[in-house]
Amino acid sequence: MIEFILNNKIIKTEVKSGMTLLYFIRENQGLKGTKSGCKEGDCGACTVLSGTLQKDNSVDYKSITSCLTPMANVHGKHIVTVEGVNLKNELNLAQQAIKDNFATQCGFCTPGFVNSLSGLALKHTHPTKADGINALSGNICRCTGYKSIEKAADEVTSKLQEKDHNNELEWLVENKFIPNYFKEIPLKLKALKSDKNNSEGVLVSGGTDLYVRHADALLDQDIQQAINFVSNNIEFSDTKCTIGVGASVTDLMENKQLNSYYPNLKSDLKLLSSEQIRNMASLGGNFVNASPIGDMAIFFLALNAKLMVQNSIAETREIALKDFFLDYKKIDLKDNEFIQSITFNLPDKSTYFNFEKVSKRTHLDIATVNAAISINVQGNIVVNAYISVGGVAAIPRYLSKTASYLMGKELKKEYILEAQEVLQSEISPISDVRGTDQYKRLLARQLFFAHFIKLYPNLFQLKDFVA
Amino acid sequence: MSSMTNKDSYGHVRGESLFVDDINVKEGTLHALVFDSPSAHGKIKSIDYSEAEKLDGVERIFTYAAIPGENQIGGIIPDEPLFAEQEVHFMGQPIALIVAKTLAIAKKAKKIIKIEIDESPVVTTAKEAFNKGLFINAPRKFELDVVEKGFQESEYVFEGETFTNGQEHLYLETQASYAFPLEDGNIKIISSTQGPTSVQSIAAKVLNLPMHRIEVEVIRLGGAFGGKEDQATPWAVMTALAVYHLKKGVKLILERHDDMRMTGKRHPYESTFKIGLNKDLKILAYEVDYYQNSGAACDLSPAIAERTLFHATNSYFVKNAKLTVHSCKTNLPPNTAFRGFGGPQGMFVIESAIVKAAKELNIPVRKIQEANLLQENDEFPYGQIAKQVEIGKTWNEVKSQFDISKKEKEIQEFNTKNHSVKKGLSLMPITFGISFTNTPMNHARALVHIYQDGSVGISTGAVEMGQSVNTKMLQIAAMSFGLTPDKVKIETTNTTRIANMSPTAASATADLNGKALLNACDNLKERMSEVIAEKLAVNKLDKISYQDNFIFVNGTKSKLSWEELILTTFLKRISLSEHAHYATPEIHFDKTKEKGHPFAYHVYGTALTTVTVDCIRGTYEFDAVQIVHDFGKSMNKGIDMGQVEGALVQGMGWMTMEEISYDEKGRLLSNSLSGYKVPDIFSVPKEINVIPLETDGNEMAILKSKAVGEPPLMYGIGAYFAIQNAMLAFNPSYKIKFDAPMTPEKVLMGLYENDLK
Repeated sequence: MIEFILNNKIIKTEVKSGMTLLYFIRENQGLKGTKSGCKEGDCGACTVLSGTLQKDNSVDYKSITSCLTPMANVHGKHIVTVEGVNLKNELNLAQQAIKDNFATQCGFCTPGFVNSLSGLALKHTHPTKADGINALSGNICRCTGYKSIEKAADEVTSKLQEKDHNNELEWLVENKFIPNYFKEIPLKLKALKSDKNNSEGVLVSGGTDLYVRHADALLDQDIQQAINFVSNNIEFSDTKCTIGVGASVTDLMENKQLNSYYPNLKSDLKLLSSEQIRNMASLGGNFVNASPIGDMAIFFLALNAKLMVQNSIAETREIALKDFFLDYKKIDLKDNEFIQSITFNLPDKSTYFNFEKVSKRTHLDIATVNAAISINVQGNIVVNAYISVGGVAAIPRYLSKTASYLMGKELKKEYILEAQEVLQSEISPISDVRGTDQYKRLLARQLFFAHFIKLYPNLFQLKDFVA
Repeated sequence: MSSMTNKDSYGHVRGESLFVDDINVKEGTLHALVFDSPSAHGKIKSIDYSEAEKLDGVERIFTYAAIPGENQIGGIIPDEPLFAEQEVHFMGQPIALIVAKTLAIAKKAKKIIKIEIDESPVVTTAKEAFNKGLFINAPRKFELDVVEKGFQESEYVFEGETFTNGQEHLYLETQASYAFPLEDGNIKIISSTQGPTSVQSIAAKVLNLPMHRIEVEVIRLGGAFGGKEDQATPWAVMTALAVYHLKKGVKLILERHDDMRMTGKRHPYESTFKIGLNKDLKILAYEVDYYQNSGAACDLSPAIAERTLFHATNSYFVKNAKLTVHSCKTNLPPNTAFRGFGGPQGMFVIESAIVKAAKELNIPVRKIQEANLLQENDEFPYGQIAKQVEIGKTWNEVKSQFDISKKEKEIQEFNTKNHSVKKGLSLMPITFGISFTNTPMNHARALVHIYQDGSVGISTGAVEMGQSVNTKMLQIAAMSFGLTPDKVKIETTNTTRIANMSPTAASATADLNGKALLNACDNLKERMSEVIAEKLAVNKLDKISYQDNFIFVNGTKSKLSWEELILTTFLKRISLSEHAHYATPEIHFDKTKEKGHPFAYHVYGTALTTVTVDCIRGTYEFDAVQIVHDFGKSMNKGIDMGQVEGALVQGMGWMTMEEISYDEKGRLLSNSLSGYKVPDIFSVPKEINVIPLETDGNEMAILKSKAVGEPPLMYGIGAYFAIQNAMLAFNPSYKIKFDAPMTPEKVLMGLYENDLK
């Protein structure tokens, strides 16, 4: 039995837990405002909100793409479709802003945009103008050219500056962002049964990759939720950080401590897919997916991270992430094992980290090449370096030779150029839809240079490295 | 903005607007899925449907054998079967329609159909087809004066090659149709089509029924951009065929991957050009061979080829030209209409030729552009005399409003100061002809019912696909009758109310249907004038007008309200319904001479594009696109502005990140939204500034408000050349290329061209 609240209605359903939320909403519930545009999380027409009850009895709403969300993952949640943010006989504030600014043409993508903006309103923050745009990072519109949508988002954002944080729901209802019933949702969520008894079927975390390929096959199957086995906690000791791999990319982005250690974390992670997908995609999923261009793999390889793996009889073993990827889509994980957490050393004052990603479209795209470095320089000597690059081999590539070349050397242009030559010997890109092998080699070179230009702007400029 | 917003926006933002997949279907409605060719070219050796047919829930699998009429959907040339028979000509070509109780069952059935194909050689590029002599039809040629003489007189002659890739429409709503039986064996199709009449006539042909037995209805389209002009038809006809046999409702909504694989796109063009200029930089001669990649069947390719010729010289006066389009037959899905309809492909070539000449002569591109801009009374290559030419005005306005010289200087300074980031700019003038180039298609009808309570219902042949044509229709009727918009309702587009429609295309739909609607309103007012005369005792010299729900006499409000007028007219047994017709006057074209006056008028404008290129990574961001556009007298500034912005960004997508890719076997590699990228909210220019040019408007345009759907797309071409200019600032030895789109890959490879040798 899956039990959750859909808009203002408590749902108790026996549908298979592998069915997508999109299918359930449209075909089972007949709510046709949520549109199906691509079924791979790449257009945002099916965006809905998923609300989770917090310890303080508030509800934390996140935008998600319902096409990639298994029903198992909506258990105990408040799911909001466009019908659920409609007011009686008038438009809500986001809707009015879209209408007033001519920000809807054909209308097919519009409910998704409305939901993303409603999600923005329900966040417990005063959003900046950029936050308003970021909320729409996963919504594609083919008609407007977005300028009118930007204006609508700006209107919504500026109104939200007035939000009363002591009385959020009240304020949002009063200011016509959401209907009145939202105020009753926390209590209703609390009353939901929370037992999750699925113990069979494929293990699914965020589903954002699995469901791109297997949504049809899982329609009439039960699945198991990874979150029942792994945590999403982010914990810090004096020198280490340990993250339960159930954590979503958004969990990482919003973690204050992590941001203090990695000041570019937010802008780095904004290059990963869209807000909707970041809200769903888990760390563990990104690792076991083993894509050669997995952004999180590249990120954590350069942090020299280690995975804690657990088996069905609760035995654990530790494995370095760089040893985890064996071959194309092959990982060191047995059938009865799953990843529990990831651990890495926190940077000291002389350690810098940089992440780079280039794709055809800067946002909501798969990398052509991505790259990361963690480098410790003391007195101009490279004491330690961990370097990774994706999209240039069958696996996310950890560049051990390049790193060892640099270690113990002065941080000098000549050595970086030499190291780049070593890097080229460690990669073997192939031509595909994301680019030719020659391009990927060039890009790997450029992103390697970019690390040093970005981390040591006083020491290096582009012209130091290229003719 | 004070103009009326899209009349559908209330429903759109609430998720209440209906698209085909949202309609409440009749009980027992079945779901269909297309079984398509896994090879791009070959003979079908065998197909085994037996296992699939046995699957529980599979109702029937239809092939060409089930077709009672002709297995033919070709609109211009009958060269395209609905279902492949013995041969397949592109990967994704429909072979059969699986009809089942659920889509999931149909998908399972599809997986167990066994097919064997004897593979034949696959051709994917136009030049390859040209070399093998594979064509859709004979080449189409415009030849003016004596081009050789022009080249002889030229001081400078330059040659080059260009390529523009295709473009996926990526309408957010995929192709969709829902058909169901009416009584007496009649069939109703609700289709997401730009061409209800095409669907009707092709369905009639395939089913061997007279057209009146097929009713086609369109509520709205979730985007189309040309992709649903001809290519909505097969899916609609397939559902009709299934209904014909099964007597049950059948729904076919293409999955995104199926849509991308099976449908055609904007035509890729390979072209070779030769341009001759005199000392004053005047273009004396221009010769081009366009190799159009038409795909495996004709579709609209000849019409698109024709518009390439009409726009080959863009905004320039060229005295001697020899322009030839070769429609080359390849093993790709038949390429089709896409906003601009061959015009953008033609314009890219002349802009390339000018850029090439400027580079060789080491002068600013804009000097050549400016020296050749069309003047009043210049003759277009197709014989039409240019009238009310606004191109020079838009050009000069851009130059002065945005201070080009200052901008160029700033960019130069920026580029001197910065090594790892470079800026570039470009100017892109556009001149686009309005009318279907096929003269007989330029007509439309409107049906107006005034109900006895004074409310008004309107049907036209216009299809609403986001361009807000229905809002414009509503404005026209409300204005004509002096009513508030709530008194006017726009009905669905339906072949039983409006017959023999031209498709909603060519930017001309608001003009054609709007003028028909105005005629209908005028005819009704003419009939009601005798009622007014009697009621208000006015004479012929008095000026009657309709305002604020009342009749005004000589500008003064009378006591006669609209409602009272309508009721009185009704009681007098005078018809309150009118069905009116409009055909564009003046236009004509003689295809034997390739001369005439094909366009009602032209739309003009100029765009200034500024870009910043990251020379470390090869990525780019557009700082601004600044445009002076000729709207005529815009009847709805908010809507028209949305068309300009939307078209611009779509054109920029075509020129930058949108990259269609097929492998040598004809398999589409960019077959999903993860592999084919269209602009998102971050990739659009930081600033888009559109200034309307002050003009008198054009009488041939509806309410003097010029067509706006397609022309602004071509402003996007400027993006290509702006990026290339920034690249040159980083790498002056970079060899300029005319190979669109300019992806980050091409940028980086160009920036470091010297390293790669």
